[in-house]
Amino acid sequence: MMERREILLSAENVSKNFAFPRSLTQRLTGKPAVAVHALNGVSFDLHRGETLGIVGESGCGKSTLARCLVRLHDCDEGRIMFEGRDVAALKGTERRQFNARVQMIFQDPYSSLNPRMRVRQILAEALGVHKMKPKAQIPARIAELLDLVRLPADAADKYPHEFSGGQRQRIGIARALAVEPEVLVADELVSALDVSVQAQVVNLLLQLQEQLHLTVVFVAHDLRLVRHISHRVAVMYLGKIVELGQTEALFTAPRHPYTKVLLDAAPELDPARRSKTVAVKGELPSPVNLPTGCLFNTRCPHAFNRCFTDRPVLTARDPDHLAACHLTDFGLPFQNELTA
Amino acid sequence: MTPALEVSHLTTQFTSGSGKVTAVDDVSFAVMPGQVLGLVGESGSGKSVTLRSLLRLLPRTAQIEGRVIWQGQDLIGMSEKQLRSVRGGDISMIFQEPMTALNPVLPVWLQIDENLRTHTSLSASERVARARELMDLVGISDAPRRLLQYPHQFSGGMRQRVMIAIALASNPKLLLADEPTTALDVTIQDQILKLILSLRDKLAMSVVLVTHDLGVVATTCDHMAVMYAGRIVETGAVSSVFAQPSHAYTRGLLGSVPRAGTQRSQLLSIEGTPPSLSAIPKGCSFHPRCEFATDICRRSTPAMLPQSATHAAACFHSDRVIAAGSPVGAQ
Amino acid sequence: MTVALTRRPVLRLIPRPLLFGGILIGLSLVLAVFPAVFAPYDPIAFDYNALLAPPSRAHLMGTDNFGRDVLSRVIHAFTIDMQIAFFGTVFPFVIGTLVGALVGYAGGTADAVFGRVVDAVITFPFLVLVIAIVSVLGPGLVNMYIALGVVGWVFYARIIASEIKIQKRLDYADAGRAMGYTPMRIIFRHLLPNAITPGIVYLMTDMALAILLGSSLGYLGLGAQPPTAEWGVQIAEGKNFMSTAWWISVFPGIAIVLTGLGFSLIGDGMAELLRTRK
Repeated sequence: MMERREILLSAENVSKNFAFPRSLTQRLTGKPAVAVHALNGVSFDLHRGETLGIVGESGCGKSTLARCLVRLHDCDEGRIMFEGRDVAALKGTERRQFNARVQMIFQDPYSSLNPRMRVRQILAEALGVHKMKPKAQIPARIAELLDLVRLPADAADKYPHEFSGGQRQRIGIARALAVEPEVLVADELVSALDVSVQAQVVNLLLQLQEQLHLTVVFVAHDLRLVRHISHRVAVMYLGKIVELGQTEALFTAPRHPYTKVLLDAAPELDPARRSKTVAVKGELPSPVNLPTGCLFNTRCPHAFNRCFTDRPVLTARDPDHLAACHLTDFGLPFQNELTA
Repeated sequence: MTPALEVSHLTTQFTSGSGKVTAVDDVSFAVMPGQVLGLVGESGSGKSVTLRSLLRLLPRTAQIEGRVIWQGQDLIGMSEKQLRSVRGGDISMIFQEPMTALNPVLPVWLQIDENLRTHTSLSASERVARARELMDLVGISDAPRRLLQYPHQFSGGMRQRVMIAIALASNPKLLLADEPTTALDVTIQDQILKLILSLRDKLAMSVVLVTHDLGVVATTCDHMAVMYAGRIVETGAVSSVFAQPSHAYTRGLLGSVPRAGTQRSQLLSIEGTPPSLSAIPKGCSFHPRCEFATDICRRSTPAMLPQSATHAAACFHSDRVIAAGSPVGAQ
Repeated sequence: MTVALTRRPVLRLIPRPLLFGGILIGLSLVLAVFPAVFAPYDPIAFDYNALLAPPSRAHLMGTDNFGRDVLSRVIHAFTIDMQIAFFGTVFPFVIGTLVGALVGYAGGTADAVFGRVVDAVITFPFLVLVIAIVSVLGPGLVNMYIALGVVGWVFYARIIASEIKIQKRLDYADAGRAMGYTPMRIIFRHLLPNAITPGIVYLMTDMALAILLGSSLGYLGLGAQPPTAEWGVQIAEGKNFMSTAWWISVFPGIAIVLTGLGFSLIGDGMAELLRTRK
């Protein structure tokens, strides 16, 4: 990982709010719009060929971030750079090219495919709109794509409802691969699937990545999956990346108390390792009224005065492992509690 | 020790337009006093229907057979009226989605009070005191104010706590939990599971926990039963099953979950998808997906065979599965 | 419309209402296209030897006050009334679907403005509005179609817009956008086929209503003009003879009821058929 550091895609201080619609009376009385702060200054680089895991609990902004990356949302502040260019400025053909090179796979296998189109039509449309192949070669390419995602050739003439959840996710992957992308953004790719089927799809994703030299952004709430798949992991909390580092370093020696808590809370597959104490008390604060200072200060067991006044930024003692925590200056007291 | 709950040969069938569907097929298990039993399986495995069959909380089209012995009485043969005093009384149930299980138009205190009135003989003022006590017990602070609120004013995790408070109102001796943490985030799941465990200790309850998450089983349950296509395929002490899975499905399921030290390697996955209840394969229902399957698996249904005093599996090839080793054993 | 009915006996899957409705409307269409084949007489030929003759073997539905054969007039009226069912609904359907799809997808200001238009139109009684427009434009079928088009599209647009709003939130719409498809492609290729079902069901009911409305306007003298054979006109012509020659009005009335029933049944059947696709 160390050697190949070509930055393909990067987020620079990206923020995104979703305003609640105001009623007519609210508008007339000049009430300010109330907004959910979904992303609050997210920055990271995506390196060519890597898998970057983005993990966090619901409401942490990971899905919004995924959608910003493929321009399903436009950022309110900051920008997404692709090969050194601001993607918000891309128009027409350039924008279509960007769409082809950065593709997304969706979470819900039941709503992400048009129920009235056969698999052949779904794939042919992607191939046709982006003029990936001359018309005569489209049937052969469809067969190739289905083979790539390990679906039988006769799948082409079926409708989405004739497939199981896992097979539908394969169709979604085939659709994304049809336009020969370099970056795949997978938003909770397997979380709607049964455990045994999850493993199949994860295996497929890993094989495809090797075969096609894909760069993957793997967004998920399941820590085990993210650990399994990712080269690097970003942990998000309330619309901010709180920690970003190499997977093993982050999982074995976390530098942010929230990461530590998340790891403690995730149930291990080892009956011998049980704890009776709760990993963290309290719940997520409202994303409408964010806490001042560190966003995690309402639940952090180590919070001190400065955490309630200054918001920590993602800083690095070592450039491969960033954390947004004031405690990094004090040698991370929670680290010795860790069991590797 | 005599079991708190003993289920034998429980079979639940649904009549639908296209015929009969067997959701639960000849299921037997026991829950010891104070024990947490995990019923684990994928979608359509019959784990939730099993749980609901215990209290006959199923639509009218369901036919339930077998015996569910609770304190010397058979819940299956019991009259509807007798059963109502058991439901929410000695045996309480909590659900996956508390927002739909709670009544959205009633304040929380009324919903707790309802259960107290039905199952206890407390006076009005005693019931108020008890409701506050229950809120404290499940870790909701500021009880006097929170009791007056409606379900939508609680977060997902808090709602699950409210539901547990309601379930505990009658001092149950058995708690049936149907995927209680599936809709929750991992830090909140951790809180709720630990809460259930501490309540089990405090109130000396038994718990039957339905889940699809083997991690939840590993960290929460004492005993486990793995279900596939309506049948229990393996049962035993959690540590024993994890250390030595004896059914090919259990082994595959354990191997499907990523764990530390296997980064970016191919997971031991199970090919295919779980069968739909209307098309359960003949013989061992797992054989089309099984790497160990032979002719006998296609022909006949394996019986539960004990592996040890606390561990049994229904697999013709247990010895080969055991020889293949546990995917999570060597850590 | 592509409906997924792969590899199953298609006939058994057709809902009963659709079957019966289809038979009724199918027969109506045959009569509408080839009225001369089935009608025993010329519908506008006077026969002064058989004025107000009751139903008999020669005239199965009797004759009217000009001696015209009621059966022949009822049969010939199918041509006009089926036309009314079609032209009275197709323009509202097409315009409404287009507007509804665009407004539903755009949302925001367009949707807010559209909402006020809907309010404005539905506060007027439908028939009164149509009559007002026809009165201004002058009586006749073409003006009636114009009036129906001006008013009727709103109802389709409202149905389609609300359905599009549901569909556009589903991931397949986002998948299309992430693919770089144009909004027009997403709206018309992806969203509309999934949103149009309630519009089509309403179209069928609306065809039944259009026949009733056409007949009402014909009765009021604002639709088809005498001596054209049209059920509403026929009923109007027979109204003075209700007590002495009931057959002049009753048989066209039965024709209205049966075709209306046919369309309604098709609407019900379509709703059932398109819903069971899962």
